[in-house]
Amino acid sequence: MARSDVQLMLDVKAGDEQSFALLLHRYRRPLINFLYRMVRNREQAEDLAQEVFIRVYRAREDYVPSAKFTTWLFRIATNLALNSVRDTRYQRMEISLDAPVTADAEDGNEKTMDVAEKHPNIEQRLIEETRKKMIRHAIEKLPEKQRAAVLLHKYQELDYGEISKILNCSESALKSLLFRAYETLRVELAPLVASGKQA
Amino acid sequence: MENKILGYVDGRLKEGERLEMEKHLVTCAACRVRVNEFRAVNVLLDELPTIEPSAAFDVRLQARVAAEPAKQSWWAWFAPSPRVAFAASMLLLATVWLGSRPPDFSLSAADVDNINQNMSVLENYDVISDFAPLSELPQPVQADEVGETNQSQQM
Repeated sequence: MARSDVQLMLDVKAGDEQSFALLLHRYRRPLINFLYRMVRNREQAEDLAQEVFIRVYRAREDYVPSAKFTTWLFRIATNLALNSVRDTRYQRMEISLDAPVTADAEDGNEKTMDVAEKHPNIEQRLIEETRKKMIRHAIEKLPEKQRAAVLLHKYQELDYGEISKILNCSESALKSLLFRAYETLRVELAPLVASGKQA
Repeated sequence: MENKILGYVDGRLKEGERLEMEKHLVTCAACRVRVNEFRAVNVLLDELPTIEPSAAFDVRLQARVAAEPAKQSWWAWFAPSPRVAFAASMLLLATVWLGSRPPDFSLSAADVDNINQNMSVLENYDVISDFAPLSELPQPVQADEVGETNQSQQM
């Protein structure tokens, strides 16, 4: 039977390095994807994920299982991501809209091969890519706290209690935050929502 | 009711809340539309691709973890290192040994010669400092007094 996150962390605290490797294996992918969707840069996302795991490792001696491990892990990740987004906001504003789009920002590293396999037709493939770009841009345009809330809610499937602890707000404030975020997404993705309805 | 729409869409409402929402949806067309649109947004968000960690990620992290200094607990501060313990015990032994030795007041021949040579200087000093006729000499004249005397002579 697989050990729980808390048990693994307690084992790390007791000096078991192997348990840390198991935690890393369990959470590196969701963590990197969360950070990638927050900062929109693969290298930066991996650097931040490294920092999250190092902080977890450094805090092992003082670890007390007072909350779920994921709450703690994503709280560290969210704080780092929000700081990083705020730090780079002004740099991004300086980037010209005419600047060539990097492969990273345009799915160069994302799993797009399956689209090509499913839709050999080039036109259909372009439509798929445009859809994805629209979805990604809609998420990117959300204010960072709303974006973090949506990512934690939708992709990490954390409950309201956990997300509100991570974002340091009340559950009712979180529900309002998520509602506003979904309202914005609904407007931004209106053409796709409408086409989905017609289909 | 608005804040419960999302919870209803992703099935996170409690049973009572869910029934209440369903009752509301029967009479509220706007909320019904919103539920359908939020469902559509949820489906669209599922289309967002994922990335895989790079091959170097684990290697880099393992290296960083290995480079982390071992953390000592607070009581480890009291546990002395072997080098410090050895130095402290040697210092203690030296102190005990020196303390246990009888005091040695014997003088070497060279020390005695030195004392004899300096003795005459000490004797001269005693004689000069207590020499009575020296105290009867007039007090030394101050520079100001000399100036005043000269002026009065000129006048």
